Amino acid sequence: MTQKTAGKIRDIKTLEGIAKEIRKYILRMLTEAGSGHTGGSLSAADVAVAIYFSKMNFNPDNPKLKERDRFILSKGHAAPLLYSVLAKAGYFDIETLLTLRKIDSSLQGHPCCETVPGVEISTGSLGQGLSVANGIALGLRLDKNPARVFCITGDGEIQEGQIWEAAMTAAHYKLDNICAVVDNNGLQIDGPVEEVMRIAPVHDKWTAFGWNVIEIDGHNMKEILAALDKAEAVKGKPTVIIAHTVKGKGVSFFEGKVEYHGLAPSREELEKALKEIG
Amino acid sequence: MGERTQESGVRSQKSEEKTNALPSKATRDAYGETLLELGKKRNDIVVLDADLSGSTKTVKFAKAFPERFFNLGVSEQDMVGTAAGLAITGKVPFASTFAIFETGRAWDQIRLVVCYSNTNVKLVATHGGITVGEDGASHQALEDIALMRALPNMTVIVPADAIETASVINVIANFTGPVYVRLGRAKVPQIMPVDYKFEIGRAHVFSQGKDVNIIAAGIMVDTALKASAMLKNEGIDAGVINMSTIKPLDEKAVLNAAKNSRLIITAEEHSIIGGLGGAVCEFLSENYPIPVKRIGIKDTFGCSGSPDELLKLYELTPEAIAETAREGLRK
Ligand SMILES: Cc1ncc(C[n+]2csc(CCOP(=O)(O)OP(=O)(O)O)c2C)c(N)n1
Ligand SMILES: [Mg+2]
Repeated sequence: MTQKTAGKIRDIKTLEGIAKEIRKYILRMLTEAGSGHTGGSLSAADVAVAIYFSKMNFNPDNPKLKERDRFILSKGHAAPLLYSVLAKAGYFDIETLLTLRKIDSSLQGHPCCETVPGVEISTGSLGQGLSVANGIALGLRLDKNPARVFCITGDGEIQEGQIWEAAMTAAHYKLDNICAVVDNNGLQIDGPVEEVMRIAPVHDKWTAFGWNVIEIDGHNMKEILAALDKAEAVKGKPTVIIAHTVKGKGVSFFEGKVEYHGLAPSREELEKALKEIG
Repeated sequence: MGERTQESGVRSQKSEEKTNALPSKATRDAYGETLLELGKKRNDIVVLDADLSGSTKTVKFAKAFPERFFNLGVSEQDMVGTAAGLAITGKVPFASTFAIFETGRAWDQIRLVVCYSNTNVKLVATHGGITVGEDGASHQALEDIALMRALPNMTVIVPADAIETASVINVIANFTGPVYVRLGRAKVPQIMPVDYKFEIGRAHVFSQGKDVNIIAAGIMVDTALKASAMLKNEGIDAGVINMSTIKPLDEKAVLNAAKNSRLIITAEEHSIIGGLGGAVCEFLSENYPIPVKRIGIKDTFGCSGSPDELLKLYELTPEAIAETAREGLRK
């Protein structure tokens, strides 16, 4: 069964409903896989849903459509989120999600653009997505193609030097067709970002690098939509949305827990979690 | 195959030189010129550099087509990622910097967003090998071919001279998929036939040797030709093969060379580990084991000096190849 989601959705309740659905897909597929990244898939879910279903132009029947907006999941370990959104958007069957990480599956542990329609570039080695997004943005501009590029990074991920190389590039080339989102959930693998390697002040850093910076509650759909609209309206510089999020958001016993970065829910946890999401 | 040598009778070094009326020229210069011509013909060609456009010669393209040239500053990782993004939009990006920075600094980027993602990115690096000269070890890429050859989906090309470089650049502009081309800094003799047409994966056989065949790449093809002429004066029949595509290797040419002679010598301006020598040994040991001697940098770093001094110091000379042949054939 291929589920198509037609048109752009601006209704907050509808988008929140899709986000719930996406969270349930993420949890189901992770449990079925027995491994994978729970926390960071859940924390970025609301932002990803808003980008795909309220903003992006795309056609799942023609993944290479020239006019499509592009989405790059730079934090590739949140693959379950990307796959769920793509399935919901109609790129492939929802049932395929349950093959995540299995031997013959197109759904690799980290996104692979050669096997999954809708995945623009393979990711998984952190810090690389924003450079690719810049390249796409430059190419679109050369073609006078009004399509836009979205890119989600983690907050631990921006410790990578390449992110700041790319930050310079986007500002230098005035890539206002780019909207980056930092999924600022405060946690990475070895602990709180603040303790592992301080990235604060994040807002000031991006401002210093020449970006338009918007800070929001990354779980408030209204704020997300407003930020995405503002990003589109700002000309002459790229925009980054610093989305304050909670790792594991939506499942109380995963929220803020560093150990659920790379742990899949057990069967029991899954049942409890699905009930909680409702 | 072997047009030049067949006609000129191959017997002496002089006959090699007679056909070679063109002046020495750096492969990077041929790159800059060819890129400029390509840019005039095709507006899908875009060029990226990392603050070395004067040295890599992409500056010619940059001046003619500023809107299609992207200087990323000193940030090779970002350059490779940006190139991949441009490729996704249907552009044909040529990304250039020095070989060591292109392949070493950005290896994981090349692996993930170029090779694994199979994007149509052309990585054309200059300043490969020891003949970088005075800048010393930090700037001399002696491991780049090994690094690129290990990557699935990657095509690896090392042109022998300016003539071959021009042909290579035109060919890869029409080829879809990741390519690494290694060029040099120094002027080198033009040794390929003027009407030569490069084909990916096809070696150019100057001559088949009955005693030994020298499989060479890059500047070492000329060195091998000179060694072959020296050996012929001593009655040793030494063939020379220009293996400009290191990956995919022209296995047929290697097999032929092995079947027709008693010894194979590989010659490259690269570590003896993992480059052309490695590729030839891997193939022959599994398919037609005969003795192989590898000429190259012997698992060490380079140092400062003039290109000629360095070639002597690291034994990348016609004399060294000839001596290796004599020794190998004595056994
Ligand atoms: C280059 C690289 N180094 C290390 C890793 C292993 N790794 C995977 S996720 C992660 C932490 C990422 O933290 P963050 O960006 O905050 O992700 P999130 O909290 O959103 O899951 C690390 C170190 C990697 N994937 N890539
Ligand atoms: Mg985090």
